[in-house]
Amino acid sequence: MTSVWPRLEPLLPKVQKPARYIGCEDGAQSPDHDPSKTAWLLAYPDTYEIGLPNQGLQILYEILNERPDAVAERTYAPWTDLEELLRAESVPLFSVDTHRAAADFDILAFNLSAELVYTNVLNCIDLAGVPVRAADRRSEDLLIGAGGHCAYNPEPLADFVDFFVLGDGEEVVAEITEVVGRWKAAGKRDRLEVLVALAGVEGVYVPALYDVTYDGPRVASIVPNHPAAPERIEKRTIADLADWPYPRNQLVPLTEVVHDRLNVEVFRGCTRGCRFCQAGMITRPVRERPADQVRTMVTEGLRRTGYDEVSLTSLSTADFSGIEDVVAGIMDAPGCDDVSVSLPSLRVDAFTVGVAGEVSRGRRTGLTFAPEAGTWRMRQIINKLIREEDLYTAVDAAFSQGWRRVKLYFLTGLPTETDEDTLGIATLARRCVEIGRAHHRNPSVTVSVGGFVPKAFTPFQWFGQNTLEELTRKMHLLRDELRRDRGIQFKWHDPRATVAEGIASRGDRRLGAVIEDVWRRGGRFQEWSEHFDLQLWLDALERHGFTVEDLAYRHRTEDEVLPWDHISAGLHKDFLWQDWQDALAEVGLEDCRWTPCYDCGACTGFGIEHVVASAVPPAGGSQGTGQDLATGGSVPVAISARPLAASTVQP
Amino acid sequence: MIRVRLRFAKVGKVRFTSHRDLARIWERALRRAEIPLVYSQGFSPRPRLHFGLALPTGAESWAEYLDADLVGDEPPPVDLAERLTAMLPAGIDVTAAALVEPGEASLQQAVERCDWRIEVRGAGEAAAAGAVAHVLSSAELPLPRERKGQVSVDDVRPYIEELAVVGPTDAGTELTARLGTQPRGLRPAELVAVLISSHAGLAGARGDATAADVPVWEPGHVIRTHQWMQRDGARQEPLPTATSAPHAEARAS
Repeated sequence: MTSVWPRLEPLLPKVQKPARYIGCEDGAQSPDHDPSKTAWLLAYPDTYEIGLPNQGLQILYEILNERPDAVAERTYAPWTDLEELLRAESVPLFSVDTHRAAADFDILAFNLSAELVYTNVLNCIDLAGVPVRAADRRSEDLLIGAGGHCAYNPEPLADFVDFFVLGDGEEVVAEITEVVGRWKAAGKRDRLEVLVALAGVEGVYVPALYDVTYDGPRVASIVPNHPAAPERIEKRTIADLADWPYPRNQLVPLTEVVHDRLNVEVFRGCTRGCRFCQAGMITRPVRERPADQVRTMVTEGLRRTGYDEVSLTSLSTADFSGIEDVVAGIMDAPGCDDVSVSLPSLRVDAFTVGVAGEVSRGRRTGLTFAPEAGTWRMRQIINKLIREEDLYTAVDAAFSQGWRRVKLYFLTGLPTETDEDTLGIATLARRCVEIGRAHHRNPSVTVSVGGFVPKAFTPFQWFGQNTLEELTRKMHLLRDELRRDRGIQFKWHDPRATVAEGIASRGDRRLGAVIEDVWRRGGRFQEWSEHFDLQLWLDALERHGFTVEDLAYRHRTEDEVLPWDHISAGLHKDFLWQDWQDALAEVGLEDCRWTPCYDCGACTGFGIEHVVASAVPPAGGSQGTGQDLATGGSVPVAISARPLAASTVQP
Repeated sequence: MIRVRLRFAKVGKVRFTSHRDLARIWERALRRAEIPLVYSQGFSPRPRLHFGLALPTGAESWAEYLDADLVGDEPPPVDLAERLTAMLPAGIDVTAAALVEPGEASLQQAVERCDWRIEVRGAGEAAAAGAVAHVLSSAELPLPRERKGQVSVDDVRPYIEELAVVGPTDAGTELTARLGTQPRGLRPAELVAVLISSHAGLAGARGDATAADVPVWEPGHVIRTHQWMQRDGARQEPLPTATSAPHAEARAS
């Protein structure tokens, strides 16, 4: 074993937030490494405080360490101050658990949650002492893996990553462990041998085993160059969340991180069908955790961690069919009197006066709603069927129960968006302030607007993103419109970052050269405004003969081969195309949990179905099911008579 | 309500946590140990924990203190220290616990001086001794210090009650110091700044070295070994322990 701690320790007094690098969390493990075990270094390519809470990484960390044939430790991207010192002192990337050097592991596996971390991925590979290009690696070098939502368009990182994992990781990590274990036992002779074996694991994509041809800016074909490589790589889906009650020992960090509370995943998948939302599309079908298991995970987790707040996580927590029972159960559990419960993704159509009253008794952290678009026309196009009345009712409920600050999330740059749609955001916000004035002298409404980036495996994957100029114009239009409105704070996401994200989101394999160029010229932490630099990206594109127009602004055509066409998220391409056509026709689509199947492919392809405990849609009704939304449908959400806190509420 | 004073060590990797981090670590540990805490009133209720003088991030300590307000009149359980240590991260060890009499001054007010072991990296023993002697013989030591964006030049000599060379370390020389904490106090890093400026002054006066030859002095390992308050006319620790040095295991890493 090579601990870098003696060399790292003298560097830490010189960096910001040294506690990022010490590990020592409650729940951290010091696994016994052994040549017979496959050693995983699980990496989150952003700062510790962003990466530590990541549930996916924590789940795999526990599952792997429970296996007799595997060990897993964690690493996070070192901030630029430490990177500089590590390079100056020749200290490699290390695990925070036992401060082992990356070279002590067999696999360096990244969680890809956002495109702008791609340069950090390259930086971590380099700091690990591994050639950044997969083609340059020798047998003894670490295997570089990656999974997470961005792996659904793996092509921009195809030159740097040896294997991608698509979909749920719980089962597939075991199979990968066995494949790598056998290769290791045989002496790690031929790197191609292990890559070929990995390509035989369902859900694993080995880009080196595929050839891509091009036709101008388009992809012409993607074909396997090895008999072991399947033509299409299907994502992995675990059938029953109840079999995976992880994390069992959520990590409790010693220093401040985002989402610093107990997090319990109540379901995976979403069928609301918001057309801009990649997460909702690629994680289908819906799989709920049994209510009893949620309760157990919450009460045991709170007792073990000492947290006084628990978040019930999912893509739309109010849709969880057992929500009332679960929350009431948590509040009634012994020792949970002072606990607050947050429901981070609650729809406005389920947010009633009653719910507002209950949540307001806890700590009030401000409420966030996400109508996403300013007009009903636009919300039909994106299939977020929230009526204005729903929003106003929710906002009124919030203000009447004592909140003074409400935050509204919107997207701009959506398909067919007109200035009337953009300015509709201002109209909604003003009405919300007026509603607030009925309850307070100085209500505050924060309008937060982000530019839309089309993502793979969504109906909007064919849409040509708004240009930098157009997004900037729309942001300024709104800013000017709201400039004199008292009570409204306008915040917007930098359109330049939106453009860079768009470049990386739908690029093909050729984009690798651009990402490498940006990294070699110092591009780090591009998610962070203090380090983000669009010019780095534009210059790199130009040097390699690409344009933003081709990569981001161009509408894709129906017959076009998309760079991810050899990947399957379980969704039929013709379903997505039809949904795109429906969007352009301003036709909304109901939630399929409570309506006939649209044959998107997610259930049928895997022989599983949506797992829901209730046959009846939850409060607020399903999208467009024609229920009486105002009365909250036939299963009104009446959340417990004890304090809870909602930190973020999303429709 | 009772108030309990806890003495604890902070050594090893956890020394890189900040004062703010430590407050949250304690809140969770007390909840996990099922010690009933008194909460503040108001918009955002927090447990009533009263910390002493903040330890600089990265410094170790054998003598940190915390006062916690607990619900009820019963004395705290006899195994309180052990129970809490079990709930705290490796390197934070509770070494003593006792009831605080009502009316006792807060730690922040009562503590008047602290003892430190301070490593000056890059300093040879003789040079360090020279700088120490110069500091002790100076009538005043003006040091520009920033606070809330304002730079003021303070005479820090009165804060330096004791200062001596212990001996060489791997990377420099270790000193002991007793530094006053009131009203503003002198932090170990500031003391090292004073020593560096004394050293540079001495070297310059002798005209013996060009800048390139002089090893750079910088603050190294720092340990707070004691905190002292005046009680009944005598110098006392807020809470004595049987042993002054904590378990050394946390240093192992």
